Amino acid sequence: MTAVLFPARPGRPAGPITGRAPGSAWMDRVTGTASGRLRGMTATVRLWLSPGRIRGEGTTPDYRFSLANERTFLAWLRTALALIGGGFAVVQFLPELHRSFRTALAALLLASGALCALRAVHHWVRVERAMRRGEDLPLSRFPAVLTAGVVLIAAGTLVAVATGWASR
Amino acid sequence: MTEAHPRDPAAQPERTRLAWRRSTLAASVTALLAARLALREGAHPAGLLAAALVAAAWLLLLATAHRRIRALAVPRPDAAPARTLALATGCAVATAVCGALLLR
Repeated sequence: MTAVLFPARPGRPAGPITGRAPGSAWMDRVTGTASGRLRGMTATVRLWLSPGRIRGEGTTPDYRFSLANERTFLAWLRTALALIGGGFAVVQFLPELHRSFRTALAALLLASGALCALRAVHHWVRVERAMRRGEDLPLSRFPAVLTAGVVLIAAGTLVAVATGWASR
Repeated sequence: MTEAHPRDPAAQPERTRLAWRRSTLAASVTALLAARLALREGAHPAGLLAAALVAAAWLLLLATAHRRIRALAVPRPDAAPARTLALATGCAVATAVCGALLLR
């Protein structure tokens, strides 16, 4: 999970980042230690909830970039809502499926949706912070992982339905 | 828009406003599906409670979107506060959790 949300960053000289002592959470994230990652995650989660804190970082980017970041967040939020809605639809509109299979599929979709929503705000914070600091935008494995997950769920459901295993 | 602030050629605030609208639409569909799941076996206390929580999360998301859309109605809007987006996320997660508790 940590690896999904925080893929290893390429090493980066700390030159342009001033005012931060070596050993801060940010430095540890760059060097990629486990405790630094944990502290980096805590720092990012705090940024979710404190509107003033992120404005303390770097300089304000062009408002159009921030709005584009916001729309990306909203697109991920809609993806999350679609997964959640898919979970609700599976459990209500597929009475031919075996109950345990239906419930498992719905639970999987609901969990994916919740994870996707949390990751959306997390990624928004990371991008906003990178833009304020003038850094490269953060890389993420999440789109690939989500794609693989959706393909696996679809393929598994297809096989289960085709072989009759999922029917009651 | 006044002449001192010429219209943004890329219509960024308007696109962002429409993205919020699409999101509230998606949330409405999800909330309806969740409410149907909660109440499909009649009005028992757990279902009513879940439906009420889903409705509250939906209304909170609508209010959040409305506030943000109003904040976007200026020539050069500020970036969204992190709290606004965390609130929208919280509404989606709360809907998922309510639904998960109804799974049997």
